[in-house]
Amino acid sequence: MTLDLIIPIIITLVGASTPILLAGLGELVAEKSGVLNLGVEGMMLIGAVITVAVVLLTGNHWLAIICAAGASAAAALIFGFLTLSLSANQVATGLALTIFGTGFSALFGQPYTGKAVPLFRSPFPPELAADPVWRVVFGYSPLVYFSLIMVVAVWWFLQRTRAGLILRAVGENDLSAHSIGYSVIGVRYLAVAFGGAMAGIAGSCFPLILTPQWVERLTTGRGWIALALVVFAAWRPFRLLAGAYLFGLVMTLEVYAKAAGGGFRVLPSELWAALPYLATILVLVLISMRRGGSSSAPACLGKPFLPTG
Amino acid sequence: MQFQLEKRPAPSRTMRIVTPFAAVALTMVLGAIVFTLLGYDGLAAVREIFFTPLTNSYKWQDLAVKATPLVIIAVGLSVSYRANVWNIGAEGQYIVGAIAGTGVGLLTHTMTGPWIFPLMLLAGIAGGAAYAAIPAFLRTQFKVNEILTTLMLTYVSVQLLNYLVFGPWKSPTSMGQPQTVLFSADQSQPYIIPGTIVQVGTPIAIVVALLVWFVMSRSVFGFQVRAVGASPAAARYGGFSANRTVWLALLVSGGLAGLAGILEATGPFGRLVPQFPTNYGFTAIIVAFLGRLHPLGVLIAGTALAITFVGGEVAQTTIQLPFAAVGIFQAMMLFLLLAGDIFVRYRFKRSVPEATRAAA
Amino acid sequence: METSLIPRLELVGITKRFPGVLANDNVGFSVKPGEIHALLGENGAGKSTLVKMIYGIMQPDAGEIRWNGQRVVVHNPKAARKLGVGMVFQHFSLFEAMTVLENIALGLDSKVPARDLEAKVREVLKQYGLQLDPHRTVSTLSVGERQRIEIVRALLLNPSLLIMDEPTSVLTPQEVDQLFVVLRQLAREGCSILYISHKLHEIKALCDTATILRGGKVVATCDPKVETSRSMAEKMIGAGLKDVKKAPGRSFGGDKFVVEGLTVPRTEAFGTGLDTISFTVRAGEIFGIAGVAGNGQSELLLALDGEVQVRPDAIRIEGEAAGELSPNARRRLGLCAVPEERNGHAAIGDFTLADNSVLTARNRLGMVTAGLIRSGAAKTYTGKVIADFAVKALGPGATAGSLSGGNLQKFIMGREILQKPSVLVVSQPTWGVDAGAAAAIHQSIVELAQTGTAVVIISQDLDELLALCDTLAVINGGRLSAPMRVGEVSIEEIGLLMGGIHGTAAETHIVPGERDAIPA
Repeated sequence: MTLDLIIPIIITLVGASTPILLAGLGELVAEKSGVLNLGVEGMMLIGAVITVAVVLLTGNHWLAIICAAGASAAAALIFGFLTLSLSANQVATGLALTIFGTGFSALFGQPYTGKAVPLFRSPFPPELAADPVWRVVFGYSPLVYFSLIMVVAVWWFLQRTRAGLILRAVGENDLSAHSIGYSVIGVRYLAVAFGGAMAGIAGSCFPLILTPQWVERLTTGRGWIALALVVFAAWRPFRLLAGAYLFGLVMTLEVYAKAAGGGFRVLPSELWAALPYLATILVLVLISMRRGGSSSAPACLGKPFLPTG
Repeated sequence: MQFQLEKRPAPSRTMRIVTPFAAVALTMVLGAIVFTLLGYDGLAAVREIFFTPLTNSYKWQDLAVKATPLVIIAVGLSVSYRANVWNIGAEGQYIVGAIAGTGVGLLTHTMTGPWIFPLMLLAGIAGGAAYAAIPAFLRTQFKVNEILTTLMLTYVSVQLLNYLVFGPWKSPTSMGQPQTVLFSADQSQPYIIPGTIVQVGTPIAIVVALLVWFVMSRSVFGFQVRAVGASPAAARYGGFSANRTVWLALLVSGGLAGLAGILEATGPFGRLVPQFPTNYGFTAIIVAFLGRLHPLGVLIAGTALAITFVGGEVAQTTIQLPFAAVGIFQAMMLFLLLAGDIFVRYRFKRSVPEATRAAA
Repeated sequence: METSLIPRLELVGITKRFPGVLANDNVGFSVKPGEIHALLGENGAGKSTLVKMIYGIMQPDAGEIRWNGQRVVVHNPKAARKLGVGMVFQHFSLFEAMTVLENIALGLDSKVPARDLEAKVREVLKQYGLQLDPHRTVSTLSVGERQRIEIVRALLLNPSLLIMDEPTSVLTPQEVDQLFVVLRQLAREGCSILYISHKLHEIKALCDTATILRGGKVVATCDPKVETSRSMAEKMIGAGLKDVKKAPGRSFGGDKFVVEGLTVPRTEAFGTGLDTISFTVRAGEIFGIAGVAGNGQSELLLALDGEVQVRPDAIRIEGEAAGELSPNARRRLGLCAVPEERNGHAAIGDFTLADNSVLTARNRLGMVTAGLIRSGAAKTYTGKVIADFAVKALGPGATAGSLSGGNLQKFIMGREILQKPSVLVVSQPTWGVDAGAAAAIHQSIVELAQTGTAVVIISQDLDELLALCDTLAVINGGRLSAPMRVGEVSIEEIGLLMGGIHGTAAETHIVPGERDAIPA
């Protein structure tokens, strides 16, 4: 009985967590290099709509995900060009990117609105994925396994490789990195493009795991939650994983509250829908209370690189 | 011969004024190309979106109606952004302002008197300001970044609106429709030009812009906002409290968004419905930047964005261009404006390749 | 050792232009193998620009660089390192949140396994008798230790030319001595050293040859051992030296500014707290606070000018308890202040000079009525500051950011001095300012004190403090030494105090402030 309840909750939870985990990992790398890209939501929407289009046209999930990653990385490079090459304000440019992504996805998605998209199902033999208990391990979309691999990969990259060390150095002190001879702008371009690609793949999760169709504003603010998660995780990949699953739980509650009756009905469904956002605010408050104001943010986060020569 | 960017000794005032216009012009050129490539009639799209609303005098009143909330919200945002306070949740404050004003409207629905409408406006301002006070409190007390909190609260406000119009505030005569009762005559915006749809909100928007212009350029409050935004450390040294400035910036921008919300509810909508949030709060961000965070610039930019909205509706019917295209045009404007900002601080310099480089 | 005919480094006709400035004009000189070569010049003479071109951070507009007789183009720092050029920056190129080892790894051009790197680092440290823990996080280290990271980073590449950009400006006299030992050892081993400084006694003590730059041009190449400090200084500055005119045998009035038991807890993770600081400044007295950067000077300025509030009676201005008051209220009582950072603290670069006057002078000089700014009054006052302090600016409408460092500092000093403060607190009054402006600023401070103002100067420049002050105290690890009368105190004594009370031996690097800084 309890298993019957818990297993679907876990499955829903993991699915709901995956997009914010992927987008959060991408943003984490970008922010470690010193760039604050507020366009995550817009890039996710672009990724989502491209995924829908490619899946409906070709039926190939992998191709759709690659296209989504490429499209969102290209969008991220617009942001990169403005903020890195032209030193535009990162906050304003990130907002512009979100507005652009919203408009682009709405326009581009019109022919596909409401059409059913085949889900991207577990790559394991159906016998394994069908068993009620083994489903917890084998029953997920390949995107879920990919997101978990990426947690380890991002951690390994940042902490164990020389390239990761350079990336952190650029985010920590851009002027020093420049005077030693590293290309600050080059490193940041790559980090921003990676962040875009990951946001695009995060966007793929919506039609391929969560709601198998295109509707306008499909991502409903999850990109912003991913941004908050990076702060919550103090720029550490494994804490990001924990944070994403915690939020997944909150979002899962919303789904079950709407479906189930009983105790959940005491509170209006709108409150459940607002819960992830309220939880985000609460978490941000708790984080900054515990840190007593000092943050572990990369020192150059959000500041334009202006070598004085 | 090649070109090089050279830093100007001081930011160029001329460029600050020229670049927004250039951004709009370039948006038309690029937009025509992009939409042609997307398979639409690009030239017609630009014509319908940017010019038809101006050449067709029937559309002028629509412009005034659309520009009103954009200008009121963006003037508030320009104060906030000047202070380096990133309130991007004006949409939420706009919704809560409308809810607060409507609350007063529901309480006074059976009453009459000229005091009702002003009271609703005050409630709208108070509601928006109170909603913006939450991020102000969190920022000043706990150093929580206002970008994320203002945005999260926008999503919450949409749920609050839905809860009210689907639940306790649902009109008993709506036959199941999720909506509040229609506002009475004393609760609605008066029309100011007979025979048109222009209501009192439009002159209010102009007065708000002029008033904020005066305050920002002449008063110590305006100086404080500009100083804290330009350099928090210097402002502290000059005796201005950063926390107080955060509060002021959020209360002003929230209050004005709330005012726009209740004006919209008591004007074009006439009641609260789930479709009430129309993204004015987000579009106003573009307006604020395009207007160079200057109240008078915002008046012009608000009109420009209103043109694209009205034109977008025109293009929808005349050339079947999806309305979403408007969003792309608006984002392009902001992108190009931000790109053009480089000319405010830098200029092109012609440089001749030197012997050293050539030999390299 | 210097018999080799081919110079290690030779510069010919190097020219570099910036908007409005000719930073280097046809500069040429050469450095022999094993030579310690001084590059001497005022701030703004073009020294830093020149070495940035040698290290490949910038490219010259004209001229050529020859390395062991061969013409080379140094495209970037990596290319410079490949040639064998090492560099220790004036403003260290370190990453605060990373460890010493990570910082050193970033300075190498190829990946070295962490364990091998640590072994190599320990070897270099041992070879040159340097002390440094490779696993510490940089933010917990003293300035001297940070410099050692830069030196080790450069030495690991076995450089044949080491560039040191103003290496001693942040060191205690004892740390300077220790650095010289290392540099002499390197030179004996055949490494050339390009030593950039404007401190004449150091150059006389260390260098074999000196090239003097002024206004971007080479004005002389000489042997510092035979030149006098005065003759080199005159070449460096151009005009004859102007001494500060100070009336002899000055007398002081009553106590104007009293600080008693001023304590501020550390707020930032790696900042310095202030520990029961007490001192008294009398009317007409100039009180100097010496110390190595990062020992609580910034925190002290913030506490004195009201940006950080403390216990009410910890600070008294003309007898009034002022510790709890805001910067505005303290200004009303007569305390004006000039923080160290000009652009972004003492002034707002994007604002006009008139608006920068409003920033601090609005209340003392009645620039505000009924909440509105009287811009006419602000312009008039700004015009007076510009005229009286010979500020080179287009007028009150010019933005602060468009002024040169020296002119902006003159404006800021003038803005505060013309408010006729009864107490003036100034931090680093002439940091990065050219000689002419520095002399003018020093003169204005002395003249202000003569009118009965109590003046506090916080500075790292001992020469400046000794020239200006009547009384001197040293700040170290957030604590202030007992005051000493200038003229009765030796440089060595001050040096020991700057290095912490335990600073009797050169190797000492643990001072109270640092021990506090180690995170728990």
